[in-house]
Amino acid sequence: MHPFRYVAATDIPEALAHMAESPTSRFLAGGTTLVDLMKSGPEHPSITVDINRIARLRGIHFDNESGVLRLGALEKMSDVGADLDVRMNFPAISESLLFAASGQLRNMASLGGNLLQRTRCLYFRDHTFACNKREPGMGCSAIGGVNRFLAVLGTSPSCIANYPGDFAVALAALDGVVHTTGRKDGDRSIPAVDLHTLPGEHPEVESVLSHGELITHITIHRTPCSMRSHYLKVRDRSSYEFASVSVAAGLDLTEDGTIRDVRIALGGLAAKPWRAMQAEDILRGRRIDDAAVVSAAVAAALVGARAYSQNGFKITQARAAIPRALHIAAEMVLDGPRVEGDHV
Amino acid sequence: MAAMTSSRLEDIFLNVKLNHQERSASISPYVTLLDALRERFGATGTKKGCNHGACGACTVLIDGRRVLSCLTLAATCEGRDILTIEGLAAPDGTLHPMQDAFARHDAFQCGYCTPGQIMSAVGMLDEADQGRPSAAGDVRQIFNPKCGLTEPEVRERMSGNICRCAAYQNIVAAVMEVHFEASVTSDKALR
Repeated sequence: MHPFRYVAATDIPEALAHMAESPTSRFLAGGTTLVDLMKSGPEHPSITVDINRIARLRGIHFDNESGVLRLGALEKMSDVGADLDVRMNFPAISESLLFAASGQLRNMASLGGNLLQRTRCLYFRDHTFACNKREPGMGCSAIGGVNRFLAVLGTSPSCIANYPGDFAVALAALDGVVHTTGRKDGDRSIPAVDLHTLPGEHPEVESVLSHGELITHITIHRTPCSMRSHYLKVRDRSSYEFASVSVAAGLDLTEDGTIRDVRIALGGLAAKPWRAMQAEDILRGRRIDDAAVVSAAVAAALVGARAYSQNGFKITQARAAIPRALHIAAEMVLDGPRVEGDHV
Repeated sequence: MAAMTSSRLEDIFLNVKLNHQERSASISPYVTLLDALRERFGATGTKKGCNHGACGACTVLIDGRRVLSCLTLAATCEGRDILTIEGLAAPDGTLHPMQDAFARHDAFQCGYCTPGQIMSAVGMLDEADQGRPSAAGDVRQIFNPKCGLTEPEVRERMSGNICRCAAYQNIVAAVMEVHFEASVTSDKALR
């Protein structure tokens, strides 16, 4: 690791002031992305600003009346995934957290850091290969190289890296909002679907956040779609592995199976969570057991998908995963929390 | 406690509680907790496997929670309570039930992942006792550790610890035994 200065901030103004001291300063929360990338090379901050002592960034609070869930950006993946209000009212959110990483990592990693995690593309992480994200203009070794894990949607000739996170996908599906504060723009509220950016000609830019902008908290509103939601994660191993394809699906179903409302977001396929709004429009008002309609929705969700040399299989996987996620959501029994081992 | 700062060339004076003892050391900001434990505090029981958060061999407990010491900057541990494999046994040397079970179930071959496996398992059972669900179950169900900690649950919850010697079967057996024994004991205590 390159040497750096370490400071621990006790409040937000102090954190923002330290961040302003250098263009290469970085916030330090759980550290699971930053410390990893400092060791392997892409990150070499001049200053790390430890924000773990800032109380305003903590708290898991669900208001049952208004249906608003407020998650402090410093809350750990494990604690949010285990929270009963999250599990009962936003099950896809809980699943997206519990299906990710490992037990140890979930205890360390913050929600804010999890949202901003970097790509697992091996060329980004290995300085001996060309990477436009790491060094703009250097080229992309992935396009003609090992690209099995990489993107099929929203790619550009500069970059085919994909965003590997799960929580952001479920958040995008359920219309979550990311709240930030910073010296440049003050307080902002950014819809989760708009947080991350596609590579275009600037793959080094991954989100709409400016340097020194701090995620403070995340909010999600309970809806029928959030209550009947599921996160399906398809991957090579059954645990401790990133998604090949993932689907966050939410359904508002009538008793007889008509779709009043629906939410779909795809993970693993692009540099950002892929919210499938066209697919949602096709499904609204139709029956969940109408195979032709579901098929049309799937096609709409994957419009523009292009395979590279090794990752065409992801498109096939996604075509199967979307209906499967919808089916699982449709089959959910929405009674109150049951205790395992209870005999009815 | 005072907020800690350093200039690029200055060390940080770190104070921690390590295995029930107050310890301190002067470290650079970029020193990981893993390196501080092994190189500064002489606690070499915690192992460096992959050094980037993928294998779990470096697992320790900080304030009772299992974490990876290779991705933890030592500077962030000021004032924290750290437990490593060296701190599990009782002062008189009596092995922790998890250590004892690992020995009896032959839950290791080369032994390199073992300290991390044991610390992770101890932390994991605590998480289960708190009723925390896992990906192996239904998140909308209340997790009941008494009937919920099946083999698939143990494997899912321990998936962050890798064993190249493939001692997994015996590791799971050891963990299940400790969990079962603890449930039986607590049931007895209630009567």
